Amino acid sequence: MPFLEKFRDPAIGRGLLVKVIERARAVREKLGRPAVFMEVCGTHTVAISRAGLRSILGEYLELRSGPGCPVCVTDYADIDRMVAFASLPGVTIGTFGDMMRVPGSRTSLERRRAAGADVRVFYSPRDAVAYAAEHPEREMVFLGVGFETTAPGIAAVIAEARARGVKNFSVFSTHKLVPPAMRTIIADPELKIDGFILPGHVSTIIGRRSFDFIASEYGLPAVVSGFETLDIIDAVYRLLGQMLNGEARVENGYTRVVREEGNVRAQAQMAEVFEVGDASWRGFGVIPESGLNIRPAYRGFDAAARFEVAIEPPRLPRGCACGDLLKGKLTPRDCRLFGTACTPTHPVGPCMVSSEGACAAYYQYERHE
Amino acid sequence: MENKLVLLAHGDGGRLTHELVTGLFLKYFGNDILARLTDAAALHLNGGRIAVTTDAFVVNPPFFPGGDIGKLAVCGTVNDLAVSGAEPRYLTASFLIEEGFPLADLERVAASMARACREAGVEIVAGDTKVVGRGQLDRIFINTTGVGYLPPDRDLGYHRIAPGDLVLVNGNLGDHGMAVLAQREGFGFEDQIASDCAALNGIIGELLRALRGIKLMRDLTRGGMATAAKEIATAAGVDVWLDEQAIPIGAATRGAAEMLGLDPLYLANEGKFLTVIAPEEADRAVALMRAHPLGRDACIIGEVRAGKGNVYLKTALGGTKFLDMLAGAPLPRIC
Repeated sequence: MPFLEKFRDPAIGRGLLVKVIERARAVREKLGRPAVFMEVCGTHTVAISRAGLRSILGEYLELRSGPGCPVCVTDYADIDRMVAFASLPGVTIGTFGDMMRVPGSRTSLERRRAAGADVRVFYSPRDAVAYAAEHPEREMVFLGVGFETTAPGIAAVIAEARARGVKNFSVFSTHKLVPPAMRTIIADPELKIDGFILPGHVSTIIGRRSFDFIASEYGLPAVVSGFETLDIIDAVYRLLGQMLNGEARVENGYTRVVREEGNVRAQAQMAEVFEVGDASWRGFGVIPESGLNIRPAYRGFDAAARFEVAIEPPRLPRGCACGDLLKGKLTPRDCRLFGTACTPTHPVGPCMVSSEGACAAYYQYERHE
Repeated sequence: MENKLVLLAHGDGGRLTHELVTGLFLKYFGNDILARLTDAAALHLNGGRIAVTTDAFVVNPPFFPGGDIGKLAVCGTVNDLAVSGAEPRYLTASFLIEEGFPLADLERVAASMARACREAGVEIVAGDTKVVGRGQLDRIFINTTGVGYLPPDRDLGYHRIAPGDLVLVNGNLGDHGMAVLAQREGFGFEDQIASDCAALNGIIGELLRALRGIKLMRDLTRGGMATAAKEIATAAGVDVWLDEQAIPIGAATRGAAEMLGLDPLYLANEGKFLTVIAPEEADRAVALMRAHPLGRDACIIGEVRAGKGNVYLKTALGGTKFLDMLAGAPLPRIC
């Protein structure tokens, strides 16, 4: 059996699920209610939906989606700014595909493109640098949307563009950091999360120990998890185990990839190009020290510094519960617009568009008409 | 303003396409035949019946592993006729060509179409050629129209579907979509994925001649298997339950789709079809398919149950998930 297939073996999965349910029942007895865990990362949300895990475990515990979808937490004003960049003469927008259909307060990149803007989807930011080098008459503005996982790659291409002298390439950075958002969530008195399934990819970069504060400062259990079905079931099993034993630790359930200190080279690459600053998150507002801005030394590659765009104050859609959803206060089904006014074809909020968005995952895989 | 423009997603074969067809085209062209929205229209002529269908091909790039735009233009139209129960006979072909397109490439396309026609037993009997200035379209687009003979006893349709029927597929899903995407984006996957592009009238003809219990067939092009299953469930007013473990997907396509965050159930196929069949004939249908080169990996993937038009997928772990039509072009993940 190929290596990864072992982490999908349904027979092992079903066996482990029996044990999970056993523990979940005991925790339910102990608490007088089902445990509530948050899967912080959008990729986990989708994996859970795809495996149908909520339909199996829903009776015994709750798995709630968190803020870990970069497109979803991008502020309206930032999306409006991206659309404004796309409207500048001579500017080509480079983006990952997920951003295309995200509604800003007035329009989206997809609609701007239909109206004549030059918006191109790239699988790799390196291709965007190559495009800029081949088209010196255009200004390439690449949309840097992502967490600690995406930022090192973007930092690398900014450094590459500088080294190659590709002066018509710049990045609009809305990169965000996961730990500050988690502090905000944990500190919210309205929220009752019993434990966290931590993002495996982000942990790969920043290291397991970056999340130690969850246990040491807030006394909550957490497990770094991979993205195979068995990884996720195992993380839930470990969280329940900690709760039964009255423990709070940040465990590494993804030891085949994640190290204590993370990927030091990627961290260095990130620190070379970016500096930490405040950032505005959809649903959260401004979270101090939670964003990555391009350092002054790389100012020539910072689209925000190079292009002046004026945007009107964002208009927020009425009734969209994306904000509370990203904080884990609601599930998509609690939103009045879910599946009626808001669908993947006619999205109101980004959570319905992004392939990592909780609403899209619930709509695609967990809806019953 | 920008809400009033045609988007790329209007052409992806999913929900927006459906909205455009029903909300705009049917509004102006509506008639009893078109309103059925079947793959091919059944027409009564002098006591006999013929089937007619038409399709435009704009694949980018025009040449890809396993096929090219010419082969696709023949097979796609032949398959629309075949899944409607018709025996494809004649095609027309219109070529829209960009100035500067290499003549050698045009000849390659024509030769490929001729080969595909020979294999499918059809002839191109009328055609048109238009050339537009450089930059006014991308290289080459082809439109084909197909005419087929509908034997008098053929009656395939949603009305025949009943709870208890089984759902079959003739092989691995998603290869065409992944092959074209990989070629276009220049992904150098270790195992090259080839399109499954093939004319299905041979294998479908054998099935229809041998089995009376075939209720409906659908080819699984844009929107993939999941979209087709949803359309069947909605149109027939039943639920379709699919078994995830039974659905055949090749290892290379599965791996590539996973890397790109795509679901193979929504990727296009050009040589695959779903068959809804009475349960007592399902095993024979699978055996017949497997004896044919285009059905070697055929299997039963699900069943029809009474319901309200939903498609459910039973996961390997025993969970259930819901499948809907494709909404928005499939996009790569970004984190």
